[in-house]
Amino acid sequence: MKTTVTMTAAILVAATGVASAQERVLNVYNWSDYIAEDTIAKFEEQFGVKVNYDVYDSNEVLEARLFAGNTGFDVVVPTSDFLRRQIGAGIYQPLDKSKLPNLANMDAGLMANAAAYDADNTHAVVYMWGTTGIGYNAGKIAEILGQDAPTDSWSLVFDPEIVSQLAECGVSLLDAPTEMLPAAMNYLGLDPRSTDRADFEAGAELLESVRPHIRYFHSSQYITDLANGDTCVAVGWSGDVFQAQARAAEAENGVEIAYVIPKEGALQWFDMMAIPVDAPNPDLAHEFINFVMDAQITADITNYVWYANANAASMPLVDPEITSDPGIFPTEEAKARLWGAEVYDSRTDRIVNRLWTQVKTGQ
Amino acid sequence: MAHAAARPKGSVSDVREHPSMTMRDRISGALGRRLVIGTPFLWLLIFFLVPFGIVFLVSLGAPEFGVPPYSPAFEWDGGVPRFVGSFDNYIFLTEDDLYWIAYLGSVKIALGATLLCLLVAYPMAYMIARAEPGMRNILLMLVILPFWTSSLLRIYALMGMLRQGGFINSALMGLGITDAPIQMMQTDFAVYLTIVFTYLPLMVLPLYSTLEKLDGSLLEAAADLGANSFQTFWTVTLPLSLPGILAGCLLVFIPAVGEFVIPDLMGAQDSPMIGNVLWGEFTRNRDWPVASAVAIAMLALLVIPFMLLRNTSALRD
Repeated sequence: MKTTVTMTAAILVAATGVASAQERVLNVYNWSDYIAEDTIAKFEEQFGVKVNYDVYDSNEVLEARLFAGNTGFDVVVPTSDFLRRQIGAGIYQPLDKSKLPNLANMDAGLMANAAAYDADNTHAVVYMWGTTGIGYNAGKIAEILGQDAPTDSWSLVFDPEIVSQLAECGVSLLDAPTEMLPAAMNYLGLDPRSTDRADFEAGAELLESVRPHIRYFHSSQYITDLANGDTCVAVGWSGDVFQAQARAAEAENGVEIAYVIPKEGALQWFDMMAIPVDAPNPDLAHEFINFVMDAQITADITNYVWYANANAASMPLVDPEITSDPGIFPTEEAKARLWGAEVYDSRTDRIVNRLWTQVKTGQ
Repeated sequence: MAHAAARPKGSVSDVREHPSMTMRDRISGALGRRLVIGTPFLWLLIFFLVPFGIVFLVSLGAPEFGVPPYSPAFEWDGGVPRFVGSFDNYIFLTEDDLYWIAYLGSVKIALGATLLCLLVAYPMAYMIARAEPGMRNILLMLVILPFWTSSLLRIYALMGMLRQGGFINSALMGLGITDAPIQMMQTDFAVYLTIVFTYLPLMVLPLYSTLEKLDGSLLEAAADLGANSFQTFWTVTLPLSLPGILAGCLLVFIPAVGEFVIPDLMGAQDSPMIGNVLWGEFTRNRDWPVASAVAIAMLALLVIPFMLLRNTSALRD
C-alpha cells in the first residue's frame, strides 16, 4: 500500500514537474467569498503564472484534505486554532522570511496575537481576521420585538423567550461546534476557553433549549438567506454578514442587515496563510504570500470582503466606511471582551462534536 | 473443469467439443473467453475489493495525529506482518445509538423515496413503452435529458423553488392560497422530493426496458380468456415486469441510503442520514478508523439482507 502511494506520488510529482517547466502553476485553497475580484488576475499577470484557485467553507474540510496528504496545494488559509494543531502534526513548512519583505507592513500587535498559535509566526502570516457575532435583519427585528429589541446581546439567539418569537422569521446558527459551544458557555457566564466537560454540557443544554426555534445550522447558506430576507437572525462571521448587507443593498429589496459584536463578548479569530510541507511550488507560494501582504493588494481585499486585515501599511488605503465600523474594527472597549479560540485535544474534540450532534439532532 | 458437467446444455463448454475447430481456434477461443469473463472480475477487484480492503484495514486502526491520521492495523516485524489493530471501533459503534438511529433513518428515507420513485416511474415507463415507436425515443430523451445537467445544479435549482421567498411560495401567496410562506426547505419532504427528482431516470429506464420487451400476444391471450384490463395488468404485465421493478428499486435504493449531499443541503437537522454521520467522523472528529467502521458496518447491514433475499428467490425458482 505504502509503495503504491509513494509511486503515485512520484508520478504526480513528475507530472507536475513537467507542467511547471512550461508554465509555473500556483494552487491556492482559500475560504469561499474571501478575496477581491482582481487579486488572482493581478498576481497571474505580474508573475506570468497560472493560479488554480479552489474554495472551502469549513476548517474541517480543509483539515480532512490536509491530513490525507498530497493535496497539491501551495497556499492554504486555516484559522489559527486549527493551524496550531496542524503544525503539531507536521503539516506546514516554516516560512522563509527572507522571501517575505512585505512582512514589514504587518501590524506588530495583531501578529503577536496570532503568534499565540504559532510561536514567532514561524509557519503562517495573518490573511484576514474577524469575529463571530450576530447578523440580523434590522427592520424585521424591530417589527417583531419592538424598538428596544436586545440587538446588542447574545440573548437574541440564546434566550428561548426571544428566539421563539423570531423562529417564524428564521434564525440560523453556524455549523461550527468549536465556535458555537464557547459562545453559549460565555453567555452563561462560564469561561469560553474552558475544556471542562461540564461546561461544554451546560453550553449544549442552552443550545438544546433554543434548538426548536432554529431553522438550520450552516456556515455559508446564511449569507444568501439574510440578504434575501429569508431569515432574520444568523450567528455568523463578520465579513460574511457584511457581504449579505452589501448583496441586499445591491438588490434594493428593502432588506437592511446589521452586524453586531454582542456586549457579552465574541470569538476573535485569525485566518492564516501557510504552505504545506508537500507543496509542489513553495517558492511561488512565498511570492504569493508576499504579494498579498502588499499594502494595496490587502486593502483591495478588505475593501471587497469587508474583513479586517492585520496590515498596518494598508490602513490608509482602506475605505473609511470600513475602518470606522465597530463591527469590523472593534473599539478598544469591545476588543477587551473578545476571546481567542482554545486548541482542543482529540478527546475534547470528540466530546464537543458529540454534544454538537446531540444539539443538532436531539440524539 | 469439474463444474462443466453440471452446466446446462448449450453453455460455452459445448463449443469445445466441436469437431471442426482447430487447436488454434480452441486456444484463442479459450483466451477470449477468459478475457471476457476476467474483465468484470478485474474491474471488481480493482475498484471494489481493493478499496474495500483498505477501508477495512483502516477501520481496525486507531486515530493518530499525523499524515495519514491513523495507526496501521499491521506492523512489519522482521518482514512478517503482525496484527496490532483491534475491533474497538466496531464496539464503539454499538455503544452510541446515534449510528443505529442514523442508519435506520437512512433506510427509512431510502425505502420511502424508492417506493415513491416506483409509483411515479411505473406509469411513465408504461406509457413510453406503449407509445408510437417514433415517439418513444423522444419521450426517453426527455427522461434522460435532465441527467446531462450536474445533479448539484438541479438540487440548487430545486432549492431556489422551495425556499421561503422562492417560486412556489410566491405563487401560492400571490394566488391568495396561503397567507404565509410554507416551510419546505430543511424538512423530510424536501429530501424525499429531491431524491425522487434526482433518481427518477434510474427507475424509469430498467422498467421501460422490461415493459418494452413484453410479449403482446400474452396480453391478447389474457383478453381472449376474458380478463379485463386490470386483471391483465395484475396477473400478466406486473409479474412479467418484476425484474425491471427489482433492478430499478436497487438502483435507486442503494445510492439513496448513502446519500449525503441532499440531506446536507435540504434536510432537517433532527433526521441525520448515515452519510452525514460518516462525513462528521471523517472531518470534525478526524477519526478515520471510526468513519471506516461506519462504512463497513453500513455495507454489511445492506449487503447481508440482499444476499439472503437472493438466496430465497433462488430457492423459489
